Amino acid sequence: MKRIYVNEEYCIGCRLCEVHCLVQHSQSKKIIKAYKEEAPALMPRLVFEEDGPLSFAMPCRHCVDAPCLDACITGAMHRDHESEAVLCDEDKCVGCWMCVMACPYGAIQRSVIGHKAASKCDLCYGEEIPACVAHCPNEALTFEDRTPASEEAS
Amino acid sequence: MSLSLLPPEFKILRDEDRCIACQVCVRQCANDVHSYDPEDDWVNSDYSRCVGCHRCVTLCPTRALTVVENPLDFRPNANWSHQTITNLHKQAETGGVLLAGMGCDQPYPIYFDHLLLNASQVTNPSIDPLREPMELRTYIGRKPDRVAVTQDGDCISLETQVGPQLTLETPIMFSAMSYGSISYNACLSLARAAKEAGIVYNTGEGGLHPTLYEYGPNTIAQVASGRFGVHPEYLEVATALEIKIGQGAKPGIGGHLPGEKVSADVSRTRMIPEGTDALSPAPHHDIYSIEDLRQLIYALKEATNYQKPVGVKVAAVHNVAPIASGIARAGADYVAIVGLRGGTGAAPTSIRNNVGLPIELAIAAVDDRLRQEGIRNQVSLIAAGSIRSSADVVKAIALGADAVYIGTGALVAMGCHLCQKCYTGKCNWGIATQDPYLTKRLNPNIGSRRLTNLIRAWSLEIKEMLGGMGINAIESLRGNRDHLRGVGLNQVELDTLGVKGAGQA
Amino acid sequence: MRHVIIGNSAAAVGAIEAIRQHDTENGITVISDEPHHTYSRPLVCHLLGELVTEDQMAYRPADFYDRHQVETMLGVRATGLDTQARTVALAGGGSVAYDRLLIATGGKPFVPPTPGVDLEGVFTFTTWEDARDINRYIEDQEVGSAMVIGGGLIGMKAIKALTARSIPVTLVELADRILSISFDRTASKLSEGILRRAGTEIYTGTTAKEIVGKDGRVDHAILQDGSKIPCDLVIVAIGVRPNLDLILPEPEKKTGIRVNRGIIVDEHMRTSAADVYAAGDCVETHDLLLGASRPIAIWPHATRQGHVAGSNMADVEKTYQGGFPMNSVDVGGVPTISVGLTDPRENPEEYEIMEKYDRDALTYRRLVLHHNRMVGAICVGDIDRAGIYTGLIRERVDVRPFKEHLLSGSFGLISLPKEYRKHMVVGDGIVV
Repeated sequence: MKRIYVNEEYCIGCRLCEVHCLVQHSQSKKIIKAYKEEAPALMPRLVFEEDGPLSFAMPCRHCVDAPCLDACITGAMHRDHESEAVLCDEDKCVGCWMCVMACPYGAIQRSVIGHKAASKCDLCYGEEIPACVAHCPNEALTFEDRTPASEEAS
Repeated sequence: MSLSLLPPEFKILRDEDRCIACQVCVRQCANDVHSYDPEDDWVNSDYSRCVGCHRCVTLCPTRALTVVENPLDFRPNANWSHQTITNLHKQAETGGVLLAGMGCDQPYPIYFDHLLLNASQVTNPSIDPLREPMELRTYIGRKPDRVAVTQDGDCISLETQVGPQLTLETPIMFSAMSYGSISYNACLSLARAAKEAGIVYNTGEGGLHPTLYEYGPNTIAQVASGRFGVHPEYLEVATALEIKIGQGAKPGIGGHLPGEKVSADVSRTRMIPEGTDALSPAPHHDIYSIEDLRQLIYALKEATNYQKPVGVKVAAVHNVAPIASGIARAGADYVAIVGLRGGTGAAPTSIRNNVGLPIELAIAAVDDRLRQEGIRNQVSLIAAGSIRSSADVVKAIALGADAVYIGTGALVAMGCHLCQKCYTGKCNWGIATQDPYLTKRLNPNIGSRRLTNLIRAWSLEIKEMLGGMGINAIESLRGNRDHLRGVGLNQVELDTLGVKGAGQA
Repeated sequence: MRHVIIGNSAAAVGAIEAIRQHDTENGITVISDEPHHTYSRPLVCHLLGELVTEDQMAYRPADFYDRHQVETMLGVRATGLDTQARTVALAGGGSVAYDRLLIATGGKPFVPPTPGVDLEGVFTFTTWEDARDINRYIEDQEVGSAMVIGGGLIGMKAIKALTARSIPVTLVELADRILSISFDRTASKLSEGILRRAGTEIYTGTTAKEIVGKDGRVDHAILQDGSKIPCDLVIVAIGVRPNLDLILPEPEKKTGIRVNRGIIVDEHMRTSAADVYAAGDCVETHDLLLGASRPIAIWPHATRQGHVAGSNMADVEKTYQGGFPMNSVDVGGVPTISVGLTDPRENPEEYEIMEKYDRDALTYRRLVLHHNRMVGAICVGDIDRAGIYTGLIRERVDVRPFKEHLLSGSFGLISLPKEYRKHMVVGDGIVV
């Protein structure tokens, strides 16, 4: 399956990925409207990290063997059958934070709205290419399938 | 400390209805123009520091920004322009030499824009480049005085031994830009694009980074007066060598890379101490006559076993024609001539703007001179100094060049906006800088793709223009002044260019 | 061939999904004494607290059993196991034959022999039925206040539920501090402060020595020092033990299954009886940090163990290396996370402790290192990205190159050395 890969060599720390992730997950999906009317109840699903000139944005890895799937007590965290992405049903989530505790990448955050649900990358479910990848000005984020051919066969 | 008299050069206009305070502009400006005020949730711009590079404008996700020339009016004065006054203020404040980046920006006549190309109508019909083969391939190097062939039935084979040649799939090469004046990522982009497009790029006087040795077959290694980074492997790896006598942006003086740009990596590649200014002397201190030049040319040929073409690069100065003749007779395989508008990372403004000749006149003069002396075949001529479009390429070749070098054009393809602040080392596009925060901005995948696109686009346009002229090989265009007509030029200019006035058949 | 699973919770679901990944032919039968569609016991607290409705309790979608071709026998208790005949005896007669069996009977609450513990109004707090019973009691009776016996994780959940129902709580804890197993002293005291400020009364170093009733219902409790605490409802939240009722007494003699505190399994989740597997809260797990075997009753471990067991049951080899405790629990509205060995008692001098305590924001982070490897972490209040610590503990990473960054506000993957980042995300992560 295609995943988002980050090339820390080319991340310029502009954080446009966060801007577009936020807009993609807003109601209006329009950048000015989202920021002026819907914020601050919006948050990006990538976790951006920076240390001097080094920076990168880390989205959920949609792990083949996801610890968050084991940890989720409600079944809100589930794997989508078609895309194989790991998705969180935010209506079912009760905010127990077991997934936050389990994810070794720290890719899951507490949603800004009432800290009730877990918020994480959903590969822009339904879109052809995730918003962050489409808008990264330096192609630091790519959307690729790196499954070795041998794994795909099985 | 007294008041600075220097007004801002640019003014930033921010549409507050569109600004979402995402702070991308704050993060991306290397000159700290924009800043975020968390109390008011507002982005403020101190445009006195703006250099007009358009980084913020380009990255703003809502297109809320634009940059305009600071609309500060002086009383109209045909003699003392705004720029002249400001330069004087600057010198009064600093007591220093005014520095500039890129090429001469003064309104001297641009002869390319006064030359028009021919096209076929009725007789000598046009050729359709999409249907018929169109030869753009060019060989740079010494051509023999006569060619002997042997014929065996229908098979004709070449008997004469031809010296080493540089093969170009299209008559465009990337000009010399040193690692140090530009970033590693920029060098890598040039190297990859040169390989992809079947042309070459030039190391400039910064030496060659070991990781770029794999692009050797597309590399011209330059030997400049500072001899930076010159060692046996450097010469071996390249496909051609070039002795740099001068450059168009600053004829007569040497190169200067400020110490801030000499990082650990640059220092290793150039073989100089880290953090020291890299000064190339004006003359090569072992070249004081044409015989000395001949000696160096042959020393390089010996060192590389006569396998590679050795060229010489000079700036276009008043007696460039006899100089070129001397260089040809000294054994060089090509002469590269860079005109007044050639670019640089740093040069004194007075020299950049006032010294040299336009390349159009220089190439025409050199081509004529070499033909008159019957030695035109002994060297290839490369024209450089602000080749801005495929039309300029065609005109330069028609004036007598075998091929062109593009420098500024290549940088603009990679993202340069000609803000002319290269010497500060704060290039916001990641090109003319060694600052790790900034060099990341030029992704070599993107840079090389853009360069390859440029070469491809121009090559297609050249083919269109050639086809329109009824020519199917670039060779037929070389030095063929009859394909050009001058417009708005006086007789002296027309004579120097060797071109008739428009309207004359 | 028939797979039989006794149990219907995390381990069972993990096993079902693993079996069906590889084996769509053979039958699966689930036997559970609870009548419900698979649900999550940790959600029982939210159910009682009216934070979720009964409709929201299901752990998997309604068509889960159909889609996975599972035959269910819900509300049926398994009463005995014959490993020779390979049958499971059911209450009310009848039996089910198995080719492969998974015992996933989970845990059962520990009830102390306190006088009065069988009065009406005294409950354990483990199952859906418990929540229903307590809820009914609250609705039918006048519950002015409640007592929670046991200041551990279950106690915290009971307090959360009761507080959500606006019932004031008195907490009684035998140790000298609450959460004495998961937290260190500072985190415990911080938690006590949070709970007290939210209105919970706390008594530590004591327990209820008698629960006294009136008209057959709870009226008050008497602590060890004689103090009388009025309460209309008591929740016993002392702890959970592996539920071995199916094979006790003399399990090894009767069934050949070796048992310690929990069922002993190998790394394939096999018990000592042929074709009998066990997973979840009923087993003993290899504790990766202590190097010893003990029950670790944690939801993610149960799911994973069930998964491993199911895989092996379908003849696809998988191993389970072991685990360590990890808990995320809400204390008086403040999120807390504790992972691994948080307060080493044995040879404390071998451990290095790093702490960051913000008294104004009331956040606390504590890291326990052993020979420069992280073995434990506590986060109170500031739990963002705590999972990174979990990963470092699991991978036994040498933290020396970035030790000084571990507690900084900007600690993240970027603080880890490049080679480790690359190792951690090989194939799908950051490209370095």
